[in-house]
Amino acid sequence: MLDGKKVAILGDRDGVPGPAIKECIETTGAEVVFTTTECFV
Amino acid sequence: MDLENQARIKELTEKHGADNLVVILGGAEAEASGLACETVTNGDPTFAGPLAGVQLGLACYHILEPEVKNEVDEDVYDEQVSMMEMVLDVDDIIEETKKYREMYSEYAE
Repeated sequence: MLDGKKVAILGDRDGVPGPAIKECIETTGAEVVFTTTECFV
Repeated sequence: MDLENQARIKELTEKHGADNLVVILGGAEAEASGLACETVTNGDPTFAGPLAGVQLGLACYHILEPEVKNEVDEDVYDEQVSMMEMVLDVDDIIEETKKYREMYSEYAE
């Protein structure tokens, strides 16, 4: 599902932050093209 | 969803193609996660940002969903996400994200 895809990450300061998601996605064969950690509130 | 991030998602979709871009969320709450998923699939429901009226139809998942979790290296997932997985309302977050994906995403598998 993710292999070969470009991935944009919208992390959350109070949930799972962007850098943590990035570490995960980089193990899937997808390329992370954008990472941010926003406050959804 | 942050207006700057809406603009970035729009730019990235134009650059890489809607069929090639996947959005992964890390939202702490079900409602906010659903709103973010709705924004990148059906457009900004608040009509405030660059994605107002723009139906990108992107594939959008939460990091806690099994579709994503199952593709991530188990050790890395444990290290980076499992702590938050224990405290967040995983079922509600998944249900809400999935609801909007199934309604509006054109590119989710």
